[in-house]
Amino acid sequence: MAADSREPSTHAGAAVPCGETISREVVVANSQGLHARPADLLAREARRWQSRIELVADSQRVDGKSILDVLTLAAEAGTRLVVEATGPDAREALEAIGSLFDRNFNEHAGSQTT
Amino acid sequence: MKFSDFVAADAIRSHVDADTKEGVIREMARALVDAGKIAAGDEESIIKAILKREDLGSTGIGRGVAVPHTKHPGVSRLVGTVAVSPEGIDFESLDGEPVQLFFLLVSPPDRPGDHLRALESISRQLRDDSFCKLLKAAKQPVDIQHLLEEADSHGVVS
Repeated sequence: MAADSREPSTHAGAAVPCGETISREVVVANSQGLHARPADLLAREARRWQSRIELVADSQRVDGKSILDVLTLAAEAGTRLVVEATGPDAREALEAIGSLFDRNFNEHAGSQTT
Repeated sequence: MKFSDFVAADAIRSHVDADTKEGVIREMARALVDAGKIAAGDEESIIKAILKREDLGSTGIGRGVAVPHTKHPGVSRLVGTVAVSPEGIDFESLDGEPVQLFFLLVSPPDRPGDHLRALESISRQLRDDSFCKLLKAAKQPVDIQHLLEEADSHGVVS
């Protein structure tokens, strides 16, 4: 399916936080890609922070706090993504989310668990 | 990936009898056996594998939707089906809400990309509330099939 260029979504009713936007690049390292379980962990972690969290792949930008949005990236192993955080706790949020990627979402590289 | 690439039309169920998590998974697996998409001899091990995956964390992804799934060597290509429980079933969902709409997926062990693309199709279309509502309100399997075909050919307005 072609990547879409949908506008970034924010949770309905949630105020868009102001503040600086900071970003870092991450790589999807687990062999199964960003499937349901890591997408859930990622969205859960993102929701812990006040900042707006977005994931940017080639031509897609999605809300990191929505598991449905994260799954639409269909990010396979080796995909590079940019995580952007905007808001008062952007730095801490980015560090926490980056660490999930660094830890392969606690999956072994060759894990068969989807 | 389109729904028609993996959803077995003959295995769609618009009103499951089951009222438990295991029950709905069993009913959907049986529908795939009856539709000739998985071998009867693999049915039990596929059900066990799906339940084992659920133990790691529910695939109830919110909005009344669950995507129970597993890899299994018994299939050579991704197969799946759709079921609706109008009453809703407790699926220990991430948002705690009962689930009405189920997409069950069985993929070959060596094709993680296909599994991701199926999840992508499902989640992309399900971001649309009206599409979710229409699927949950479907009275007949053919209604679900038509909604999926429509999503395949036009996408949904979101």
